[in-house]
Amino acid sequence: MGFVLVFSLFRRVGGAIDRTVTLDNYREIIDGGVFLTSLRSSLEVVAITVVVSLLVAYPFAYILAYRVPQRWQRPLLILAVLPFWTSYVVRSYSWLLVLAKNGVVNQAMVNSGLISSPISLANSRTATVIGFVHFFTMLVSLTIYASLTQIPESYRKAARDLGASSAQTFLRITLPLSMPGVVVGAFLTFVLAIGDYITPQILGGGNELLLPQAIMLQVQRRGDFPLAAALSVLLLLVVGIVYALSARHLTLERR
Amino acid sequence: MTAVRRRFGVLARTAYVVLVYLFIFLPVGVLVLFSFQDGQVSVPPLKGLSLRWYEALFADGRMMAALRNSVLVGLVSATICTALGFLAAYALARYRPRGAAALRALLIAPLGVSYLVIGLGLSLAFSEVGIGRSLVTVTIGHVVINLPLAFAIVLSQMNERQAHIEKAARDLGAGELRVLTLVTVPLLLPGIMAAFLLSFTLSWDEFVIALLLTRFDVTLPVEIWSALRTGLNPKTNAAGTVVFALSVSLLAVAYWIGRRRIGRQQR
Repeated sequence: MGFVLVFSLFRRVGGAIDRTVTLDNYREIIDGGVFLTSLRSSLEVVAITVVVSLLVAYPFAYILAYRVPQRWQRPLLILAVLPFWTSYVVRSYSWLLVLAKNGVVNQAMVNSGLISSPISLANSRTATVIGFVHFFTMLVSLTIYASLTQIPESYRKAARDLGASSAQTFLRITLPLSMPGVVVGAFLTFVLAIGDYITPQILGGGNELLLPQAIMLQVQRRGDFPLAAALSVLLLLVVGIVYALSARHLTLERR
Repeated sequence: MTAVRRRFGVLARTAYVVLVYLFIFLPVGVLVLFSFQDGQVSVPPLKGLSLRWYEALFADGRMMAALRNSVLVGLVSATICTALGFLAAYALARYRPRGAAALRALLIAPLGVSYLVIGLGLSLAFSEVGIGRSLVTVTIGHVVINLPLAFAIVLSQMNERQAHIEKAARDLGAGELRVLTLVTVPLLLPGIMAAFLLSFTLSWDEFVIALLLTRFDVTLPVEIWSALRTGLNPKTNAAGTVVFALSVSLLAVAYWIGRRRIGRQQR
């Protein structure tokens, strides 16, 4: 089966319908502009997602790992990743319910007098990012937590004994030692988010086209499989580059 | 640190954790809550609780057909990929062919590829050899995406002790087939079950490949997707809740099996 996959990946490069091998699809991607724009949008959205997810998840994982009694850590962690297992489509859809103009967030804000009339939260890049951040906060919390719990407590104790303030201890000891978890989480987030079609399609509202949406559009509306394939190769290429850049750091085990 | 400051710290931390949990559970909570909505729309105000949308869901022929398809595709694909994953893991761990590490990497590599790309590749491959899109093609698609995982899970459960027991069975005159069915499979059963349940859950949830590889008979996520086009509707909430409940219970079973296994090893 792995073989079929690899095989199919190779074959759809170039003209699968015309059968003459050509780079026209790639030329179209570069000349067309539309696709490069969607690649840029994708990269932007994913970059924001990675950063925000890390910022939300790091303190969460930190508190869970260091400030919560041992026997509560596992149940709390399991609880935190429970919504992970809602169907992907359903999860995006439920964010739509939350963010819609007459949805929960808007009504709550209007009722509490924060805003006078409902604002449009859904169908925007913000909504896509929120949907992504929601999913990946859970994932990144796990990887960071795994890293944090591998740091022996004696390291931090020693730093304190040597007179480091808690801020210094964090910046010089804990943060650097937890970087593997951060890198693995960021990498997974990047790979999974950039290849995702569902969240931007449901929450993004079609104002901008992310790369997977562009691919899907070629397949469903225009039936242009070779072009879609070329775009997929572009997607794989981006993932491959990021993998190559971060491969050295991708390990959860302590060295 | 003074007592006041310490208390403030505890408070801030608790508040932060509670906020994160709120954020994580907000959409699921809203989804489940408004599936019991006794009104026409799945947004506030909540008009009262009722099961009418569940009734409507179970009376919906298309949804029910999609549900059956999903269960069928899940069961068949999970069975196939657990079997293949087991055999691949068995072969790699016991016979250690040349290039085992490379083979292992190759088997696990597809995990890093976007489902969209895999789906596209399969759909091209199928149309190339003239196989129409159907539930069979989705099943194959799900085997492709879940095989790496099933393989990795079973492989992680294999150890030397099992190999010794197998050797003992062989020395006692058991044939390869008997060793496999009477010794290896029972020893690895927890890992095999976990692989099966996880494959089923992932197939049950999977959307993009199902969308690309089905035509008339669709699976539940695809049906929910098309129901979304008609707007927000408590019936869709009900369907989503059913999907969520089933996934969570399956995972709970998988987790329980895993725990029992660990418990037994410790004893």
